[in-house]
Amino acid sequence: MDERLKNVVLEHSDDIVTMWLEEINAHKKNDYTSTISDEMFESTNREFVNVIFSSIEKQGLSSDLDDFSERLINLGWPLSYLTDGMQVFRRVVTDFILKQSDKIDSDYFSEVLRKVDGWVDPIINRLVNEYSGSWEHIVSLQRVALQELSAPLIPVMENITIMPLIGTIDTERAKLIMENLLDGVIKHNAEVVLIDITGVPVVDTMVAHHIIQAAEAVRLVGSRCILVGIRPEIAQTIVNLGIDLGKFPTKSSLRKGFQTALELTNRRIEETQNNDEDIEELIDSLDRE
Amino acid sequence: MDFQSCVNIKKEWDIVGARQLGRDISRKIGFGTVDQARIATGISELARNIYLYAETGEVCFEALEDMNKKGIRIVAIDKGPGIKDISQVMEDGFTTSGGLGAGLPGVKRLMDEFDIVSQEGEGTEIIVVKWLR
Repeated sequence: MDERLKNVVLEHSDDIVTMWLEEINAHKKNDYTSTISDEMFESTNREFVNVIFSSIEKQGLSSDLDDFSERLINLGWPLSYLTDGMQVFRRVVTDFILKQSDKIDSDYFSEVLRKVDGWVDPIINRLVNEYSGSWEHIVSLQRVALQELSAPLIPVMENITIMPLIGTIDTERAKLIMENLLDGVIKHNAEVVLIDITGVPVVDTMVAHHIIQAAEAVRLVGSRCILVGIRPEIAQTIVNLGIDLGKFPTKSSLRKGFQTALELTNRRIEETQNNDEDIEELIDSLDRE
Repeated sequence: MDFQSCVNIKKEWDIVGARQLGRDISRKIGFGTVDQARIATGISELARNIYLYAETGEVCFEALEDMNKKGIRIVAIDKGPGIKDISQVMEDGFTTSGGLGAGLPGVKRLMDEFDIVSQEGEGTEIIVVKWLR
């Protein structure tokens, strides 16, 4: 019985492929694949159906299937193309077998269904797993990449360290900021830490709370914290919210904060050359000639 | 302009989604950067309250247009535990989560109109409006 059904399908594979292609093309008109060129769609369909037949023939999942799905993932074809294709295949094959048979009772019918499911389901499962595996992989890579970017600490000078923050701060990131900040203060032996929030789009009570806690923790380990990069609109919302940031100095820009940090560590910026004097000297020397 | 859109709050990142949508809508209405920041911050507070206390809920936006004024209405609805004493949560510095306790009174100051309805054990609905001046 098993072998007989399989042989029926394999012998008439040409008919089944034709029916399948017709159905798939009907699908094409109204959805996702409409942007794909006809030749590309045609050749991919051919390949898809060959892969399906080869895995039925071999009674198992072939490496062709993996190659095929990997290529489609790389090309960015939607998973729904593959699942739709498999559903259509299931329907077409079941119809075909039932039409071929003379006697149809419920036992035979369920036998056919089970057999066809046995061909189709493993392929669907494999395809879905491949796709979701690739998504999970991408998401986990991006999470790692984000985490690396999320709380950088730059020791710009002896005793002065800067932490530039860009983007939204959520609870997880707030924890990371606190940890990196304290680690960095100890490691770089920083006297002053500048937290730059120029790139933080919204400062709500949660973000403010985390910044206040971080500044307090920095104070406890014996350093000072300056909050810089407060944009005018952020300043207004902080005032409206009634958040008290009075416990540590704040500045509008990193530049001003850095100057304050230098003052706090008893240093200042001095220009080594005065350009005006240079020019005057040059003119003088020209006059003399 | 007459449309309404909602954002479901289920994860912490949905707060960001709500905020961005609110900011987009307020930009389209014509709010300046300062008011956009106020609106975004207010949405952030409301959405975070949903996430923290009710776990799930939604934040809806509606562009308002009157004869002589425009504005945005933001409605935050949840079916959470509700608020027992509303006058208490509207006090500065009251918190049950160890935060700053500036959320709701802060939102009231950020916005022009503020309405809160809450039934203990049934949920909370907060409606705020910001007018364009």
